Amino acid sequence: MQSSVPTEKRTKTSQGKQNRFRFLYSKKLAPYVFVSPFILSFLILFLYPFISAVNMSFQQVLPGQVNYIGMANYSRVFNPTFYTALQNTTIYVILTVVILTVLPLIFAIVLNHRLMKFTNFFRASIFIPALTSVIVAGTIFRMIFGDSDSSVANQFLQFIGLNPVEWRYNAWSAMFLMVTLASWRWIGVNILYFLAALQNVNHDLYEAADIDGANTWQKFKHVTFPAIKPVVIFLTTITTINGFRMFEESFVFFETSSPGNIGLTVVGYIYQEGIQRNDMGFGAAVGIVLLGVIFVVSVIQLFATGAFKKGDA
Amino acid sequence: MKKLLFLLVIVSFVLTACGGGTETGGGDADEQLVVGGDIEGATELTFWNFQELHSEFFEDAVIRWNEEFPERPIKLVAETYPFDQMHNNLLLSLQSGSGAPDLADIEISQFANYLQGEVQLEPLNDVIEPELDQMVTSRFEIYAKDGQYYGMDYHVGATVMFYNEEIMNEAGVDIDAIKTWDDYIEAGKQVVENTDAVMTTVESDEHFSFWPLISQRGSDYFDENGDVILDNDVNVDTLQFIHDLVHEHEIAVIAPGGFHHAEEYYGFMNDGGAASLMMPMWYMGRFLDYMEDLEGKMQIRPLPMWEDGGNRSAGMGGTGTVVTNQSEDPELAKDFLAYAKLTEEGNIKLWEILGFDPPRHDVWDSEAMGEDNRFYRYFHDDIFDILLEVRDEINDINITEQTPDAQQEIHSTVMHSVLREQSKTPEEALTDAAEAVRSRIID
Repeated sequence: MQSSVPTEKRTKTSQGKQNRFRFLYSKKLAPYVFVSPFILSFLILFLYPFISAVNMSFQQVLPGQVNYIGMANYSRVFNPTFYTALQNTTIYVILTVVILTVLPLIFAIVLNHRLMKFTNFFRASIFIPALTSVIVAGTIFRMIFGDSDSSVANQFLQFIGLNPVEWRYNAWSAMFLMVTLASWRWIGVNILYFLAALQNVNHDLYEAADIDGANTWQKFKHVTFPAIKPVVIFLTTITTINGFRMFEESFVFFETSSPGNIGLTVVGYIYQEGIQRNDMGFGAAVGIVLLGVIFVVSVIQLFATGAFKKGDA
Repeated sequence: MKKLLFLLVIVSFVLTACGGGTETGGGDADEQLVVGGDIEGATELTFWNFQELHSEFFEDAVIRWNEEFPERPIKLVAETYPFDQMHNNLLLSLQSGSGAPDLADIEISQFANYLQGEVQLEPLNDVIEPELDQMVTSRFEIYAKDGQYYGMDYHVGATVMFYNEEIMNEAGVDIDAIKTWDDYIEAGKQVVENTDAVMTTVESDEHFSFWPLISQRGSDYFDENGDVILDNDVNVDTLQFIHDLVHEHEIAVIAPGGFHHAEEYYGFMNDGGAASLMMPMWYMGRFLDYMEDLEGKMQIRPLPMWEDGGNRSAGMGGTGTVVTNQSEDPELAKDFLAYAKLTEEGNIKLWEILGFDPPRHDVWDSEAMGEDNRFYRYFHDDIFDILLEVRDEINDINITEQTPDAQQEIHSTVMHSVLREQSKTPEEALTDAAEAVRSRIID
């Protein structure tokens, strides 16, 4: 391209233009241009807030008065309410991880079976909840699981001969509501992941297993599961992280304060302290502690599942 | 490389997690009302609130103002948001120094948040002080800091007893014979025995069963020095009393939905579920809006006394309207607010439009207050006679920076563990709550 332009005809401006074009067409630059949207949004939307959150966690933030108070916020973090929040969140994480890995896997295997009819219909209908807003779904759930005897869930309980339950006032039922809502929403998405993974399993291996006389369980254990293991690791990791940052599922049932803190989550606690009680610095400190918790749990999880092993995952 | 990529993915997820909490903020107003938009050269004032009825009150005030002061016309933009959203947005905009409206409503239990640090609200002393003699002063003290008044309330919030006369007659109880809480319990037993209804309901998720009663007995969450007295003997005894209404005398149930503003409760009460209800006067509006079937059946009376000669009411709830320091024309905003809320006419409007017991007590016996309106039609005529009767029986309440903390403890743990779970005695619950509040004061 350069050689095609006669040298003597170049003016100063056109030379500048040339250089600019050369700069834009440069192979070295192109990758940066392409990743810049991500980098920019990362810097502006994640890194900057993250750094200010760390900074804020050492401050007392009041209108017109921002003071550094050292570790005072952190020394208050580990109080009974925080432990309640952390306990609720941890139970929620464990339950959602188990439910959102096992159930979708079973459903996916059933849906993937060659004898299964109307597969596409089921796939579509199971996926629809993921498209619903938590707030809308939560409001409906709240009505279904209303406290009065005439709510749908309580009528069902009475029908099968049990006593009606005040769903939003018991620790177990509060957890049940939140986990059910989350499971209902995300099961469809996870099924899609598993279906994609299942369809990639090499059929020759099943044939080989058949020839070797393997039964269904053995085929699952030695052929299917190893093939879909990366997806299992991915889903458990994502579900763990999403579980720790859960806020909406609790908010739709209890808004900002739940009886006896049965629905309090760590992020809910951040919201309560930082915004409702106007203690941004303390809220930020809880946020940083939560970040540490998620990081440690995720790293342990990834090592335990072998995600860091060479050539695997 | 894969390992690195994986770590990067994890880090970015973790970072996203940190931003998770604020997603519900923002958003558009539920309702917007513009008044005086057709007047040329009118100064625009924005007003945020969380109760649509309050917009109607200011709509009327703007129309009157623009007629009376054509040289200082106002265009009012009133926006109604959900309770939490409005308070959060206001707090954040005041903290960050931009985006706040000229005028805003702040609910009493949230007000302390706005008095921390350098107050970002305009002091209203120059308009309040000249009128203070005619006012119930305690309604201004609750919105003050260091001698500066920052908010103007809508009402006194005198707590009264609403009786469903139909049920009372069926039970054979004369409500005017109920003088003390002991009488009330006896009447309650008659109600439970002779009718399908219970005597009353108590809140397990809010404070309107507890705070009025301790205030009636001269106690509070904090004393006048701001020290926590949440766990004093009177409070423990009062909470025990509430507990006994439900679990020992069995004349009360926990309000369906957990508090007296729940949809479930409105339906329950409307169907004749309970024979009485203790709430502040301003609750009248809820009867009109949500409990239509009770029209003509409800009677308002002072609270039963704890002992002879004791107080028969308590001032509860409240919402202070403030002028923010981000207002472009704070003088106009202040003058207008004073015109709307401090004048005699404004106070009469507080009753006519909102059904509130206005803070200016010299209008309580004025003729204009006696004129027929929807509240008199729903209830009965002598509402203000009752109010005048108990006017001097309302104790001050002490609001401190920790009031939101105390409130949170009452809402989320105290009432729940004592009334619903019965996992703690009143003494244990209040001691724990008081300790939790005290532990936050030290820093």
